[in-house]
Order: sequence, then C-alpha cells, then structure tokens
Amino acid sequence: MLKFVVRRLLMLVPILIGLSALLFAWLRALPGGPAVALLGERATPESIARVEELYGLNEPWYVQYGRYLSNAVQFDFGNSTRTNRPVTEEMARTFPATFELALAALILAIGIGIPLGYLAARHYGRWLDNMSVTGSLLGVAIPVFFLAYILKYVFAVRLGWFPTQGRQDPRMDAEHPTGMYVLDGLLTGNLDASWDALMHLVLPALALGSIPLAIIVRITRASVLDVVHEDYVRTAEAKGLWERTITRRHVLRNALLPVVTVVGLQAGLLFSGAILTETVFAFDGVGRFVAEAISNRDYAVLQGFILVIAVLYVVINLLVDVSYGLIDPRVRVR
Amino acid sequence: MTNDPTRPLLAVRDLGVSFTRKGAPDVRAVDGVSFDVSPGQTVGLVGESGSGKSVTSLAVMGLLPRRNVRVDGRVIFDDDDLLTLPRERMRDIRGRDMAMVFQDPMTSLNPVVPIGVQVTEVIERHQQLSGDAADKAAAELLDRVGIPDPTRRLREYPHQLSGGMRQRALIAMALACRPRLLIADEPTTALDVTIQAQILELLKELVHDSGAALIMITHDLGVVAGLCDTVHVMYSGRVVEGAQRRELFARPRHPYTGGLLASVPRLDAARGTPLHPIPGSPTDVLAWPSGCAFAPRCHHRVDACTDGPPPLENIGGRSLRCVNPLPTTEEVPA
Repeated sequence: MLKFVVRRLLMLVPILIGLSALLFAWLRALPGGPAVALLGERATPESIARVEELYGLNEPWYVQYGRYLSNAVQFDFGNSTRTNRPVTEEMARTFPATFELALAALILAIGIGIPLGYLAARHYGRWLDNMSVTGSLLGVAIPVFFLAYILKYVFAVRLGWFPTQGRQDPRMDAEHPTGMYVLDGLLTGNLDASWDALMHLVLPALALGSIPLAIIVRITRASVLDVVHEDYVRTAEAKGLWERTITRRHVLRNALLPVVTVVGLQAGLLFSGAILTETVFAFDGVGRFVAEAISNRDYAVLQGFILVIAVLYVVINLLVDVSYGLIDPRVRVR
Repeated sequence: MTNDPTRPLLAVRDLGVSFTRKGAPDVRAVDGVSFDVSPGQTVGLVGESGSGKSVTSLAVMGLLPRRNVRVDGRVIFDDDDLLTLPRERMRDIRGRDMAMVFQDPMTSLNPVVPIGVQVTEVIERHQQLSGDAADKAAAELLDRVGIPDPTRRLREYPHQLSGGMRQRALIAMALACRPRLLIADEPTTALDVTIQAQILELLKELVHDSGAALIMITHDLGVVAGLCDTVHVMYSGRVVEGAQRRELFARPRHPYTGGLLASVPRLDAARGTPLHPIPGSPTDVLAWPSGCAFAPRCHHRVDACTDGPPPLENIGGRSLRCVNPLPTTEEVPA
C-alpha cells in the first residue's frame, strides 16, 4: 500500500513539469508578449522595455523558465500585478476559504447523495425513486449560478433564514489562525463565530454541491441496483444474515466503488466550479479571486493559482485511488 | 424435532412459481412440482436449462425476489410451511437448518470481503460464537473441506483463490452450522473437469458424515448416477418422471428420460458410433395446458399427447407424466 502511494506521488513530478511548461508557454504566447498584455495595446516601447527589464522578460526563454521553475518550487509565484501583494499571500487568504466551502459542499453531497441513492434503488420504481431521479436530473440541469441566485433570493432575502453574502458577519470579533472560519471559531473557543460562519456556508455549499449531489444520487442508485442482483448478495441471503449486515457488508461496500471515483472527480472540480458560487455570494475565496485576476490580466496570479489547483486535483485523485485500494483488494495487488 | 424416519424432512407439494410482468402474460416457470426429501437422503433434480430446477430450489430457500414473482403450493420443513413463514423466521432457518451451494464460485463470493469474514459471519449469525472462537471454527471448517493452510486463507480475498478452492470455501460456509438440508445447484458446472470429481467426492463425504439431506440440482446424469438415492426429472417446469435412481437408470419410462440417458456419450462404445442427441431444443415446447411440453421433440409421440396436459401418475413407486411411456422391456439404446 505504501509503495503504491509513493509510486503515485512520484507521478506528480512529470505532471507538474508538463503543466508548468504549458503555463509558461501560454504566457509567452500572448499577443505582443506578456509586457503588452500587462500594459495594454497602446503602451509605449519605452514602458514595454521597462516592464520587460523589471520582470526579466528580455532574457532567453530557458533562463526565464529555469527561474520560474526554481521560484515555483520555493513557492514563490511573484506579486499580483493588481493588489501588488505576493501571490502566495493571496493563496493563504483564499484557499482556506474555498477549501472550507468545497468541503461543506462535498459533505452535503455525500451525506445526502449516498443515502438517497441507496433508498431510491431499494424503492425502485416507486415514488421515492421517481422523485430522486427527477430531482437529480434537475440538479444537473439547473445552472449553478441560477440555483445560487434562487437559493439566495428565497432563503436569504425573502425568508431571511441565512445571511445573503460573505463568510462571516463583519461585526463579529473573531480570530482566524487557519483561515477556515468554522474551524477557527472552534479552535479559539468562539462558538458564536463558528456558528455564524457555518450559517454563511449553508447556501453557497448547497449551490456548489448541487451537481455532485445529483451525480452521486444517480451513480449510487444505479450501482446499488446492479449489486443487489449479484450472486454474492444471494449467497449472503442464503446464509440467513441480518438485512443490515447484507446491506453494509455485501451491498454498499461493492456499490460504493464507482461512487468513490465520481466523488474524487467532483471534488477536484469543486475548486474551479466555485467561481460562480463565490461570485453570487460574494464569498472571498479562490474562485472569486481568480475570476477577478482573469478580467484584470493578472498573469502572476493565474500562473500560480492554476498550478496549485492542478496539484490539488492530482492529490485528490491520489486520495481516491488510495481509498479505492482500501475498499477493493483487487486493486491493491496490481 | 421428531426423528420419525418415515416422515420426510422436506415435503414440496404442488409448488408453482410464476414470473409476472405488467402488460405481459405471466410466465409459469415451475408448475405442480411435488417431491419429498427424507433425513439424510440424497435427491437429484435433473433437467436442462430452463426446466425450472434452479427456480424450484430458490423457491424452497425463499430466495426468489418478492417483486413480480408469485409462488404457490406448500414447502413443508419441520411442520412449517416455508412459503407462509414470516421473513425473519425464514432468515433464522436459512444458513442454519438449510443451506445452499451455488453454481458459480467466481461470482458467489463477495470480492471485497476476506474469506474469513464470509465464513465467520454465518457462524456468528446462527451460533453463539464470536471473535476468536468463530475464527477457530472457520479455520476448522476450511480444513474440513480440504483447503490447506486455512488460517492464511481466511485472511485472503476470493480473487486469491482458485475456482475449486472457492467452491470449497462456499461449501464450508453452507455446512458451517450443520444444516439438515443442503441444496447444491449445479455445484460443479463452472469448474474444470478434474476439479468436478473432487468437489463431488467432497460433497458426498461431507453430506454422509454430517447426516444432512442433499438436493442435487444438475443437468448431468453422471453426477446423479454416482450420488443420488432418488431422481426427479424436470421438463419445462414440471416433473415428468421420478423414481429410485437404479430403477430410473435401468428402466426409464418417460421418453425424455430415455433420451437423456441415450444421449450420454459412452467411452466403451465402438469407434464411430454416432451420438444420440434429443432432437430440437428446449425452446420447442408446448404450453403444458395444451398437451405434453415435450411432445414436439418426442419420438414416441401419439395423438393423445397433444389432447391436454398429461397427469402425473404413480405407478409402482415411480411417478410418471406420460400418456405413451416407453415399454418397460425396451432396452436403452447405447
């Protein structure tokens, strides 16, 4: 198992090199070069030369790439051209926020999706099944930003059950050692702050989790429907085992294999998918920051963030593969 | 529990199974099947694919799906009609008093659960054993079915065992609680020929040692010849002939039984002797209500065969469903 994890971690190296090269090439391929991209089309040759001097853009590409790589390895992605603060500092601020949001969305999606999918399969063809199939179709079909607006309008604006935007009431006197506000409140013993942050999370997490939730319901349902007809479930029945033993040990353990794969893929997508949700709820996370960086041509930010999101994606995939190996012994031997 | 040797352990009376589907006519898979199994007796149910022999066994075990299936008749086991027993009572009986070995050991074991757990779970369910005691009992069981190094095998997963080993493990699970009735549904069909004989030998020995009754379901008359006391031949969902094994093999009266016996290739026949297949295929059946289902393939057919369903008659300890049986003197063509 350890060998398997190490091997998968080593695979990160070529992925990262390939990705960084792509990012690097992309930036150089911008019309007129990065300096023009930064200054706009009406920049004077003098100002272009000054910017190229400043960012080392007049050196040969391999020197630039080498420097870029060595900086990236040291976690130095330069400064944001917009806020003029180090990209890593922006990451430290926004990543915990999005991580918290994505985690909440994932917990919602898994916590509701798997039981609902299982129940739908067990009530195959009856109203609960039909409801969940229709509901999950809606969940996939409704655009996230639209759902986000509806949730915000109904539950925050109209009913006033939840706050409309942000991550925490600005009047809240709270410390943030980790940047994940719910956790911060628990760590500092400020339960009010935790609760407030949690209430701020509910609607964005619902919006962000809607697609993974819908997909998890469908995959779980289909998978359980397959597994209950397997011969080994009949063997378990023939042994006279309790129904809950059969469900847990023989049906769910097998049925969850494809669900794990889907959860992994969706978990990776949550980071990039957070752009819309974070924008609607003015949630100060990665998505919103990257969206602003795009419209402001903040290439240092984009380069750094894309690289880190890609690494996250690969790490999540590794976690999925490891958990797959934990559930399915047949994967372990290979 | 009384030990009256004249009273059967299992009495199947007029068993019928219909598969129902909305908008389609019911399919009568089993109809009017009756037979007895005395304690310690070995009974063979013989027939080709689709003859209803497996469905009969699943009905006895209460393992048919509840939806879209209608079961009628009676299955008396220990004075209880299993067909009307509450589901939880049936769970207590399955695995403890009656157990089943299935056809395909590749798919009948849960791939993601260690063999040991799959053996101990039935012990823990029905006997007051758990933990080390259950593990020890499981190791003894594996040893008894001829699996070498049982303590190591208990920790292994099904994919690490050969087909023969897996079938041995399934037999161990079935016999774990010393059931009084074992149903073996084509237990050797999916195995290599060399392993088939070993598994049959093992079953014979274990059944003999434990005093359990055995219902052997097979399409292979060779299996029946070496094992069963009584044989019932099924065709298209009904018993067409039933007799003591010797009697049946020596003097088959139903043309289908005769055909089955004649179609077994003989190693001692002269070179070039043609095989004697039964003409047609099992799909060339007549619906029983309009006559004998075997009539379209029968070389002994008379007009009366298609006048109506032939009744099952009892002639000198033999049950026979045929209006024009083979004469008692007719030699079986070799």
